[in-house]
Amino acid sequence: MSKHHVSTTINNEPVEFLCETQETLLDVLRNTLNLTGSKEGCASGDCGACSVICDGALMCSCLMLGVEAEGHVITTVEGIAREDELHPVQRQFLEHAALQCGFCTPGLIVATKALLDANPNPTEEEARYWLAGNLCRCTGYDKVLAAVMDAAAEMRGERQAA
Amino acid sequence: MPSLNYAAPTTVNEAVALLAGASGLAKVLSGGTDLLVQLRSGRVKPELIVDTKHLPGIMGIREDNGGFIIGAATPGAVIEAHEGLSHAYPGVVEAMDLIGSTQIQGRASLAGNLCNASPAADSVPAMIAAGVTAIVVGPNGKREVPVEQVPTGPGRTSLGKGEFIVEFRLPKLPGRASDAYLRFIPRTEMDIAVVGCGVSVTLDAAGVCTAARVCLGAVAPTPLLVAGAAAALVGSRLDAAALAKLDAAAQDACRPITDKRGTIEYRTRVAGVLARRTAAIAFERAAKRV
Repeated sequence: MSKHHVSTTINNEPVEFLCETQETLLDVLRNTLNLTGSKEGCASGDCGACSVICDGALMCSCLMLGVEAEGHVITTVEGIAREDELHPVQRQFLEHAALQCGFCTPGLIVATKALLDANPNPTEEEARYWLAGNLCRCTGYDKVLAAVMDAAAEMRGERQAA
Repeated sequence: MPSLNYAAPTTVNEAVALLAGASGLAKVLSGGTDLLVQLRSGRVKPELIVDTKHLPGIMGIREDNGGFIIGAATPGAVIEAHEGLSHAYPGVVEAMDLIGSTQIQGRASLAGNLCNASPAADSVPAMIAAGVTAIVVGPNGKREVPVEQVPTGPGRTSLGKGEFIVEFRLPKLPGRASDAYLRFIPRTEMDIAVVGCGVSVTLDAAGVCTAARVCLGAVAPTPLLVAGAAAALVGSRLDAAALAKLDAAAQDACRPITDKRGTIEYRTRVAGVLARRTAAIAFERAAKRV
């Protein structure tokens, strides 16, 4: 079968690409579109390092075929910041040093953005459950949770920007 | 590698023709949270993937004669966000919600969970307990199948070549009826059931159970609809004697395996405990209804 021609929207830009059926959206993002922020950790939907937002829903780009992106609206970690200004979630992760090797960080940033879009005032427990599919092997989760809660507070205007 | 074909039909007839006409293995794609993992590992080697998500009605929830119709490929996140469904069928919704992470919930579907046919699938015992039926389409037309008749063993279903599920029907509930699902895992999130249990009950005005269904997961090759466990509840107000009979009937039905998640003995004991706890939640929910 010839390659599929896919028209989609990624980070507010119309994008067209060609892919084989078996290529995942993550393969396409990283290998075809050079959007290498999304990481491949497990390639089985367990680690969350490849998290993207598709039509408002958080999902693993390793569990979606590239060809399925046709007509959808996708946000990757590269689309979280606005122009030269980091998103509050990104700034709070920096402020709290909520990363060590950084491999899980893009997925955590995207998942946190999706959380705060859906629930601007989460409890820490809600944040922990929401992020249960984002695995970190080095830093652990305490600083991540501190960053998430402070980003939420900042976005609600209850706290100074970091 | 032989090429893998992909089709995204927009009519049921087209989808059935594609699936039925494939010379090799053809797989139905809903959310893909199981299929893509199996593709990558080489466990399945289809020649064709038929993406059903463009079929009319297969994504989304609609009310129907006081009950609900859930499109087969509707993601978990959409199911959990539906207030009317969550109120009417809290057991089905909480079972779906237990599957995987937020990311998985963005894609995973009831039809995928059912047709992947894992003995430990969370939504399946809940659907069976709630009396949900699947609308199956195929080369011979449409048929309505009770969910318990779909899985036939680990990874196997009763669906024939060219058949797939388009929607699930959840019947209108009698007044004082509700359901519940509990899963036992050794942690709080992101694990596979050691035992799962779905219970639905109907109570009369005095709080006496007039109808019940109890289904156990992960304790046999397929989810078990346990008639003896339901019989233990009917006619009772869930007193100690009924709970003891329920526990014994649940344990008696178990035919589990020993694996890294638990031994035969452990799973059997847990099944009894879980049945009691799940029944208590279902009774409490039903009693709050008028």
